[in-house]
Amino acid sequence: MTPQVTLPIYDELLKDFAKLELKPEHESIRSKRKKALELFKLTGFPTRKHEDWKYTAVTPYLQSDFRTNGSVPVAPVAVDYLKLAAIPGLDCYRVVLVNGALQSVDDALPTNVKVRSMAEAQEDAGLLKYFGSVSVLDKAPFAALNTALFANGFFLEIDAQANLEKPIHLVQVLNSDAQAFVQPRNLVVVHTGAKATVIESVVSTPGTKVFANSLTEVVLKENAHLQHYLLQMAEKDTQLIQQNDVSQLQHSVYSNYTFSLPGSSLIRNNLNVALDAQQTETHLYGLYLGRGNQLIDNHSLVDHKMPHCNSNEMYKGVLMDQSTGVFNGKVFVQQDAQKTNAFQQNNNLLLSDEATINSKPQLEIFADDVKCSHGSTVGQLSRESMFYLQSRGISEQSARAMLVNAFAFDVTEKIAIPQLEKFINQKITANIPALN
Amino acid sequence: MLSIKNLQAQVEDKQILKGLNLTVKPGEVHAIMGPNGSGKSSLASVLAGRDAYEVTGGEVEFYGKDLLELSPEDRAREGVFLAFQYPVEIPGVSNINFLKTAMNEIRAYKGLEPLDAKSFLKLSKEKQQLVEFDAKLVNRCLNEGFSGGEKKRNEIFQLAMLEPRLAILDETDSGLDIDALRIVANGVNALRSKDNAFIVITHYQRLLDYIVPDFVHVLFDGKIIKSGTKELALELEEKGYDWLKESVHAPTV
Repeated sequence: MTPQVTLPIYDELLKDFAKLELKPEHESIRSKRKKALELFKLTGFPTRKHEDWKYTAVTPYLQSDFRTNGSVPVAPVAVDYLKLAAIPGLDCYRVVLVNGALQSVDDALPTNVKVRSMAEAQEDAGLLKYFGSVSVLDKAPFAALNTALFANGFFLEIDAQANLEKPIHLVQVLNSDAQAFVQPRNLVVVHTGAKATVIESVVSTPGTKVFANSLTEVVLKENAHLQHYLLQMAEKDTQLIQQNDVSQLQHSVYSNYTFSLPGSSLIRNNLNVALDAQQTETHLYGLYLGRGNQLIDNHSLVDHKMPHCNSNEMYKGVLMDQSTGVFNGKVFVQQDAQKTNAFQQNNNLLLSDEATINSKPQLEIFADDVKCSHGSTVGQLSRESMFYLQSRGISEQSARAMLVNAFAFDVTEKIAIPQLEKFINQKITANIPALN
Repeated sequence: MLSIKNLQAQVEDKQILKGLNLTVKPGEVHAIMGPNGSGKSSLASVLAGRDAYEVTGGEVEFYGKDLLELSPEDRAREGVFLAFQYPVEIPGVSNINFLKTAMNEIRAYKGLEPLDAKSFLKLSKEKQQLVEFDAKLVNRCLNEGFSGGEKKRNEIFQLAMLEPRLAILDETDSGLDIDALRIVANGVNALRSKDNAFIVITHYQRLLDYIVPDFVHVLFDGKIIKSGTKELALELEEKGYDWLKESVHAPTV
């Protein structure tokens, strides 16, 4: 019935679970693990027969033998590798994680911000309250698997009314020369009235072979503001399943920026935002640049459960070479969610005849007094614009770079950190394929 | 500077230029007039290197170089400038960064160092004044939301900045009111020198009241059928094109 039972990693993970049970752990976490494992076993790893995975086959990446849980290296990596994630000119608090395990926390971090490892914080009342409270594991096999078997991760807590001057830069380094399956599990709680910016960069050391299934739960309490940047910049022998589950309470503002850059052969982002109270504001911005044979899949869900909430989603994709993009954006407007404003836009630029995009906007509206719109486009560079730029002496290569940057502008201009905006624009320019 | 001999070109298998000859020397202004569909804008496009046009015969020499062999950007770097009839709006590309990139790529082609930010700004201010271009528009996105007149004035501003040796104005007067026409024409006149030349493509004599040409050519059915001085434009204004068309259609021996 479940063909992936034949995957060696499936058995390996079940064995890991048996070992985990021997370790001491808080009962509430343990019971969540157990339930999650049962849910995972119902489906196993998803195949393309699962609607949510129709365009994204993961099992081909799960064929080999993997280091899992206890055998995944979590030793610190050379400082040089941290430069891979450096954003020039950015003044920030740096936190380093290796294969999801917390390595170092900036000494300068103010006292109203706490970063601890999940293990360290496992008796913490806050962690126990929020852990597993946001993610829905039903029909989400990777989230269930992560919950059942996570070994490492961070718990970031920002105290009520804290107002962070500098961004927190979470540097996620993937590092393993032998094929590893890592499952970081993180929790971010932004307490009432706090304002913070978090930049999470995923990089990998040269030659690293890692399949990462990470899950981050994010809780925004009343009037909390979080700018959440995600930069995916790992190398080609990595695969990322990155799930972010967000819960927003009243008057909170959550802005997510997801930048998927060339590298990882597979990127699947699951971004689920539950608007659990009234008068929230949500911005989801995404930019994906596909090169080589990359597959970049963005699945998002904005769930309007309550009235008077605003959400706005804009994802832009540039697919080059033989890359494939997938966009699936769900917006639910529940019956109680009157006076909802929900907008969604997905625009794609194909720079190669061999590139593919599958775009599926999906609005389901059960309330009758709402403003909602969605749109999806696929196009190529305008020949007329190219000619205009070239006719002014600009080379074809520069003209392409200018137009691709211009295409991405609707997203990049929303970046609230100038150094990061510049960094992303440079990444775009550097990734326009050279002409023959 | 420019020598066009027996130029033939087609677009999508339709022959548009059918053996066109034209010689332009530095310091000259040539007006090209002609009825709709005669090939005026096609000539501009072929000279600038628009890829929809296929040159099927003839030659174009620009300062001794085979212009038709050059890419559009190299033509621009050699000093050919096309003021578009319909300038393109490019949201997300700032007008000033676009110009800076263009100018520095042209400079690099000539082996010159890029202009530093200060000198560029100074030059930009001077040229804005010279062609009466609104400073607010300079910092906007390229032509985005510009009125028809503003777009045309931006073309002239770019012309002023890039200082080409040959400027081709493709129906720059179309869609302009009298005030905008005067500003555009004043800009062009301010840029005229003994070293550069202009090819002014227009439907109407009106523009030539402001930009006085040295030569006027009538283009019809892909060929220049009559050339003269500025008086020819006045004659065309009065008599239309039909009397010339008849002479073309008359059987030749």
